[in-house]
Amino acid sequence: MSVFEGFRFRHVSSPIHRRDPRVKFLYVLVMFIVAVMFTELPVLLVLFLLQIPFVLVAGVQRQWLRSLRGAMFLVTFLFVFNLIFGYISPGTTPYGMSPLEYAFAMALRFLVLVESFSIFFLTTSPDHLSLALEQSHVPYEFTFAFTTAVRFVPVLAEEAQTIMDAQKARGLELEKGNFMKRIRNYIPILIPLIVSAIRRSLELAEAMESRGWGASKKRTNLYVLKMKEGDFMLILISIILLVTAIYIRYFVHLPTFTMLLPK
Amino acid sequence: MIEVKDVHFTYPTAEPEVEALKGISLNIRNGEFVAIMGQNGAGKTTLVKQFNGLLKPTKGEVLVDGVRTRDISIAQLARKVGFVFQNPDHQLFSETVEEEIAFALRNFGFKEATLKRRVTWALNLLDLTEYRQTSPFMLSGGERKRVALASVLAWNPKVVILDEPTIGQDHRQKEILRQFIVQMNAQGKTVVIVTHDVEFVAECSPRVVLMAQGQIVADGDAKRILTNPDIALRASIVPPQITQIFLGLADLGLPTDVIDVSEAKKVLLEYLERR
Repeated sequence: MSVFEGFRFRHVSSPIHRRDPRVKFLYVLVMFIVAVMFTELPVLLVLFLLQIPFVLVAGVQRQWLRSLRGAMFLVTFLFVFNLIFGYISPGTTPYGMSPLEYAFAMALRFLVLVESFSIFFLTTSPDHLSLALEQSHVPYEFTFAFTTAVRFVPVLAEEAQTIMDAQKARGLELEKGNFMKRIRNYIPILIPLIVSAIRRSLELAEAMESRGWGASKKRTNLYVLKMKEGDFMLILISIILLVTAIYIRYFVHLPTFTMLLPK
Repeated sequence: MIEVKDVHFTYPTAEPEVEALKGISLNIRNGEFVAIMGQNGAGKTTLVKQFNGLLKPTKGEVLVDGVRTRDISIAQLARKVGFVFQNPDHQLFSETVEEEIAFALRNFGFKEATLKRRVTWALNLLDLTEYRQTSPFMLSGGERKRVALASVLAWNPKVVILDEPTIGQDHRQKEILRQFIVQMNAQGKTVVIVTHDVEFVAECSPRVVLMAQGQIVADGDAKRILTNPDIALRASIVPPQITQIFLGLADLGLPTDVIDVSEAKKVLLEYLERR
C-alpha cells in the first residue's frame, strides 16, 4: 500500500504547498506533455532531475521517495517488457537507439510522470483541489464525488489491510500456488472490500442527506482561491518549459547514448 | 501455551513512530480464559495479533506451543490459534454460509469427508444449521458474527482469540455468546478475549490483563482487578455498576469486591438480616 502513502496529503506549509492548485495542475500537465514528447534518455533524465528542487522546497522528500519506491514494480515491468519487445521486433525502437536504452527511457518516462503527479498530490490538500475544480466551473456534484474518492483511498487501503489479516488468520496464503491460483487468492479480499465500500458509500449518502446536502442550489465558499505572484512565476516556468521542449523537439537534433558510445 | 517474552513492537508505517508495545511479558497457560482490557490505543489488538503471527515483535519473542512465531508461517500458526476479528464483514465473502465455514478448512487441507462433518458440527454448534444455504450477506449483524465465529471454530484451534466480541450485539446475543465462551473454556479450550465491556467480563470472571500505553498495568483474576478503583483509573476503565454501588456503600461495612449480581443479592440479604 506504499503507493497510496506516497500520494497522501499532509498539512504543512511551503512555497509549493501554497501555490494555486490550478497552476500546479498546469505544471503537471506540461510535465506530462513534455515527457510524452521525448523518448531520448538524456532529456527524460533532465526532466527527472528538474523536479527534485520542487520536492526539496516542499519538504516532502520522504513521502516522495516512498511513492517512487511504490512505483518500482510497474517501472520494472515496463523496463522488462520494452526490453523484450525491443529485441523481438527491432522496428519498435526509435532510430539510433539500442533496445536497452529505449527500455531505460520508457521506465524513466513513467517515473517522471509518477514524480510530477506525486508532487501535485503531496502538496495539494483535497480541500484546495475541490475549490480549484469548483472555481473552474465543474458542477459541485462531480467535485464532491472526486474529493470524496481521493479522501477515501487511504481509508480503503487500511481496510484492505485488515481484511488481508482476517483472511490470513483463516489460513489464506496469498503467495501460494501458480499464477492463476494466486489471482484467485485475492477473491476473499476483494469481495469484502467491495461490499464494505458500497455499504460505506450508502451510509455516507444517508448521513449527507440527513445533514441537508444539496439543500441550496447556489453554494458559496469560505475560502476563495486567488492567484499570487508565485503562481504567475510557476505559470511562467511551465510555459518556458513547454516552449523550450517544443523548440528542442523540432529544431535540435538530439544524439542518443547509443550513438555517443564508441563502436 | 502462549509465552510472551519482553515484547516490544513498533508499527513500521506509523508516522510519527510510536512504540505500541513497550516490553510486554505474559504467560497464558493451556485451558486458561483471559480477558485483555484497557482503553483505546492501549495496544490490546496489537498484542493479540502477535499471538497468531499477524505481527511479529520488533524486539523480544512470542512462543506458541513452544515454537517461536518468527519461525513459522501465519497459516501454520492459525491452525493452532484461531482469531475472530471484530467486524465479521471483514471476512465474509462466500455465496453460502456453508462455503464460508469450509473456506479455512480448505486452506488447511482437510479431506472432503472430514470437511463436511466439521462444517455440520460448526453450524450446529452456533445454531446456524437453518442458514446453511443462505448468503452470509443476508444475515443480521448478530448472525454474521456467529458465522465468523463458526468459521474459526470449525477447524478446532487450541486457542481462540475474540477481538471485541460484544460490540454491536444485543443483550440476548451477548448472553448466548457468554454462555458459549464459558462452555468452550470449560471443555478445555484456551480463550482470549479483547474487550472494553466491563459488565461482560464481570459476568464471565476470567483472568484479567489490564493494559495502558503499551504496557501491562495489572494482571490477576477479574474480582481483584475490576474492584480496585485505583487500578481501574490508571487504565481508564470503570468498575462494573454493581461494584460501584458497593464501593459507595463501603462505610456500611459491606465488602467491596462484589462483581456480579447474584453475589450482590446474597451479600445484601445477609446484611439486611443482620440488622
